[in-house]
Amino acid sequence: MTVEKLNRREVVKKLISNRNNLLIISGLGSPTYDLHDAGDHNQNFYLWGAMGGAAMMGLGLALSQPKKSVLVVTGDGEQLMGVGALATISVQMPKNLTIAVLDNEHFGETGMQKSHTGYGIDLVGIAHSAGFPISRELTNMSEIEVARNDILLNNGPMFLNIKINSQSPDRSLPTLDGVELKNRFRVSLKS
Amino acid sequence: MTDNKQHQIITSWEEDLFNALKQAEVKQLPYVPDAGHSKVINMAHRDPDIRPVVLTTEEEGVALCCGAWLGGEKSVLLMQSSGVGNCINMLSLISNCNFPFVTIITMRGEFGEFNSWQVPMSSATQGSLELMGLNVQRVDEGDDVGSTVAAALYSAYSSDQRIAILLSQKLIGSKKW
Repeated sequence: MTVEKLNRREVVKKLISNRNNLLIISGLGSPTYDLHDAGDHNQNFYLWGAMGGAAMMGLGLALSQPKKSVLVVTGDGEQLMGVGALATISVQMPKNLTIAVLDNEHFGETGMQKSHTGYGIDLVGIAHSAGFPISRELTNMSEIEVARNDILLNNGPMFLNIKINSQSPDRSLPTLDGVELKNRFRVSLKS
Repeated sequence: MTDNKQHQIITSWEEDLFNALKQAEVKQLPYVPDAGHSKVINMAHRDPDIRPVVLTTEEEGVALCCGAWLGGEKSVLLMQSSGVGNCINMLSLISNCNFPFVTIITMRGEFGEFNSWQVPMSSATQGSLELMGLNVQRVDEGDDVGSTVAAALYSAYSSDQRIAILLSQKLIGSKKW
């Protein structure tokens, strides 16, 4: 029996469906389009570049906003480029940070070349070895629903590797204006 | 005290630097260590109000500083000149979003350097930072460190400027082999 892999858009919608005060950073490429497609929000910060930096940006944000939950949604290629960040995050142990990798095992933006996870490299194992107290692989929507609730418990740091199919839905593009993205995020935190 | 001489408290440049961070309420201090930064890093580890963040590579610190400011905290990235090359693409995040940014860089590969492998990146440090849009300020005298750091933090966090301070190898002393 073959189990159908998850759809990235449905995953992200479900993962943030009770977001409350959740602060979200998306990694460049499809995760940014997925987050925008799930609903634009002043407390979404979309990366359009800076590959490898999403998790670390999440760490800086989580440390400065310890009472809020911070979610980083990124891709397998992006996280692999910043894989050392998993060690850096574990040293700090921010309870309010979740790193969710949408793992399609490919570099989807650049011609669907197979990524390291496609060759069997295990990000959940890497995060576990790096010291994340919670590191899970998610393959169905009921696990996504559980994770959605766990994100808001601030018992992390938590690492989620979500196996998705490698389809590329139509792009859903947020503004490219980084200054606007930064300013609206900061203003929303002050109000 | 029986004499009338005015007693001046002499502080090291490292203490001046750390005091400038404290005065400006810097909360996150990401670093890849350098011998030249070691006293400041040690002071940060003893201080409950500032969080030192050890990095696996310097570019992590650039992204961390941006995230910290998104959440409202000031930060400073400490590294040595060889780390600047690791940061280049991540610095695009600073310019695309106009994030305030201060990094303090100890120079290797210039005054009395034994290890020639340090020289190529050292020679390219200032140029690389300027190509990525940072304002570079070089400090050669210990007495200037505190005021330069304080001024950089003021400029960065009052009007979204990005500033790299280079502490020359003459200032920090060449590594003894």
